[in-house]
Amino acid sequence: MSTSTHTVLPAPSHGAGRRLSRWLHTKPRARLVALIGAPAAWLLVMYIGSLVALFLNSVYRLKEDGSGIDKTFSLDNYHELFTTQVYRDVALRTIGIAVAVTVIDIVLALPIAFFIAKIASPRWRTILVAAVLVPLWASYLVKAFAWRAMVASPGGVLDTTFGFSPGYGVTALIVVLAYLWLPFMVVPVYAGLERLPNSLLEASSDLGATFAHTFRRVVLPVIVPSLVAGSVFTFSLTLGDYIAVSLVGGSTQMIGSIVYQNHASNLPLAAAYALVPVVVMVLYLLGIRRTGALEQL
Amino acid sequence: MNATRAVRWFFRSTSALVLAFMYAPLFVVIALSFNGSSALTWPPRDLTLKWWGKAIHNEGARDALMNSLKVAAGATVVALVLGSMASMAVHRFRFFGRDTVSLLIVLPIALPGIVTGIALNAAFTSAGIEFGLLTLIIAHATFCIVVMYNNTLARLRRLSPNLEEASADLGGDAFQTFRYVTFPLMRSALLAGGLLAFGLSFDEIVVTTFTASPGLETLPLWIFNNLSRGDQQPIVTVVASTVMLLSVIPVWLAQRLTGEPGAVTGGTR
Repeated sequence: MSTSTHTVLPAPSHGAGRRLSRWLHTKPRARLVALIGAPAAWLLVMYIGSLVALFLNSVYRLKEDGSGIDKTFSLDNYHELFTTQVYRDVALRTIGIAVAVTVIDIVLALPIAFFIAKIASPRWRTILVAAVLVPLWASYLVKAFAWRAMVASPGGVLDTTFGFSPGYGVTALIVVLAYLWLPFMVVPVYAGLERLPNSLLEASSDLGATFAHTFRRVVLPVIVPSLVAGSVFTFSLTLGDYIAVSLVGGSTQMIGSIVYQNHASNLPLAAAYALVPVVVMVLYLLGIRRTGALEQL
Repeated sequence: MNATRAVRWFFRSTSALVLAFMYAPLFVVIALSFNGSSALTWPPRDLTLKWWGKAIHNEGARDALMNSLKVAAGATVVALVLGSMASMAVHRFRFFGRDTVSLLIVLPIALPGIVTGIALNAAFTSAGIEFGLLTLIIAHATFCIVVMYNNTLARLRRLSPNLEEASADLGGDAFQTFRYVTFPLMRSALLAGGLLAFGLSFDEIVVTTFTASPGLETLPLWIFNNLSRGDQQPIVTVVASTVMLLSVIPVWLAQRLTGEPGAVTGGTR
C-alpha cells in the first residue's frame, strides 16, 4: 500500500453494478446474505450434511450375510458398542491417551512459548517462531515415520545412541502423539503471551513478587484461553489418530484404528464408533465456549 | 522483564531441549535418505546419493505430486473465496446465529480428521458421487475454509472502518470500495492464508484416504502406501526430506506477509 504513484480511480459508473450497489446499501440484510450465503450453504450441505449421513449410517446395520447395508432403523450398533468390553476399553484408553498428550504438550509448550515471547531478543524471536512453525508444516506422515526409526528396539536411533528405547507400545505412542501435536499448542500459547503486556509482568515484580509467583498469578490466568485452544487440537487429533498408532503403537488400539479397520467391512459400526469422538469434542467445545478459546483456534 | 539470571537460564535451556526434541526426528529422516544400505538402519553407513537419483525418476511419486498440486490449488481457491466472504460477514454484521457460523467454520478442524473423512465418504457414497480429484477438492476445501477465515478476520479486525467510510463518502460504490480500498489492504492476508491452506491440503492424509478413488494417489498417500514396502523405503525418505525442506518456504513467506504467527494455526493435518 505504500506506493507513491497515484491511483486514478475511474469516474463513478452508472451501470448495473452501481444500481446493485445502491440497492445493497439500503438493504443490509441482502448484503449479509450475499456474503454469508455461499460459505454457510457449503458448510451446511457438505459438512453438516455429511455428518448427518454418518449418523444415518450408524443406525443402519450390516445385512446378516454381509452383502450390503440394511437401511432399517436399528440401535444394534450402539448396543454392541456399549456392551462389548473391548470397545469401551479402547474408548476410555483413547481419552486417557488424549489427556496425557495434552498435559505433556502444555508442559513443553509453556517454557518455549514464554521464552520466545518474553525473553528472547526481537531478532531471535523471529527466528524461533519460524523454527517452531517449520515442523508444523513438515509432513505428518514423515514425522510419524521418523519416530518409527527412532523408537525401534533393537537398532533404533534411541537404542543405538542412548542404549534405551521404549519400543513400540503405549509409551512410544504417547511420546509420538505429544511430539506431533506440540506446535499446535506452542503457537496459540505464544500468541496469547504476546498479547500480555510486559508492563503487567514488571508491575508484578516491582510489587515484590518472585518470578514463580508472577508466572502463577499473572501469566497463567491470562493464557488459559490459549491453553484451551491448543488442547482442542491435541485432544481432537489424538481422538482421531490411526496412523501413528499403527506405526509406533505396537498392538495398541485406539478409536481411530477401530474406525479405520471397520469402515470398509462394516460401515454402520464404524459410523457409530466415529460418533464417540464427535460427542466428546462437541461437549468439549460447548464447555469451553465461554473461555474465549474458540476465537483463538 | 525483570527475570533473574537463573530464570533466564532455565527458559533458555528448556527451550533448547524442546527445539532439539522437535528437530531430531526430522534430521533422522534426512540422514536416512543418504543411507548406503536399503534397510533403515541407524547410524547410516556408506553415504550415497543413489536414492535421490532414483527418486527423481520415480513416476509414481511424480504423478502423486501432480495430483497433490491440483487438489491443493483447487481447494485453496474455493477456501479463499468462501473463507474471506464468511470473515467479512462475521466482521461487519451482528446477526442471529453469528456464533453458530463461527462454530460451523471451526468444526471441520475441531473434529478429528477421521470423522470428517468417514462422514464425507458416507455422504458421497449415498449421493452417488464418484470418488476422484473432485471429491478430494471438495473435502480439502471444507477444512481449509477455517484457515482463510482466521487469516482474513485477523486482518479485518486491524483495519480502520474509517477507510471504507471515506471511500463511500467520496462516492465509491460497494464494489469500487472493495476493489480499490478493502482488497488491497487484505491482499497480503489473503496470500498468507492461501499459502497455509495450500500447505494444509498438500500434507493431508486422513480425510484424503477416505475421499480418494482407489487408484488415485496424492503425495501423502504415495508415501503411506510405500512406507510398508521395504524396497521403497529409502526413496520415501528422499521424498519426505524434499517435502520437509520445501515446507520452509510457505512458513517463511506467510510470516513475512502477515507478521502474525498466531494466524498460522488453524490447521490439523
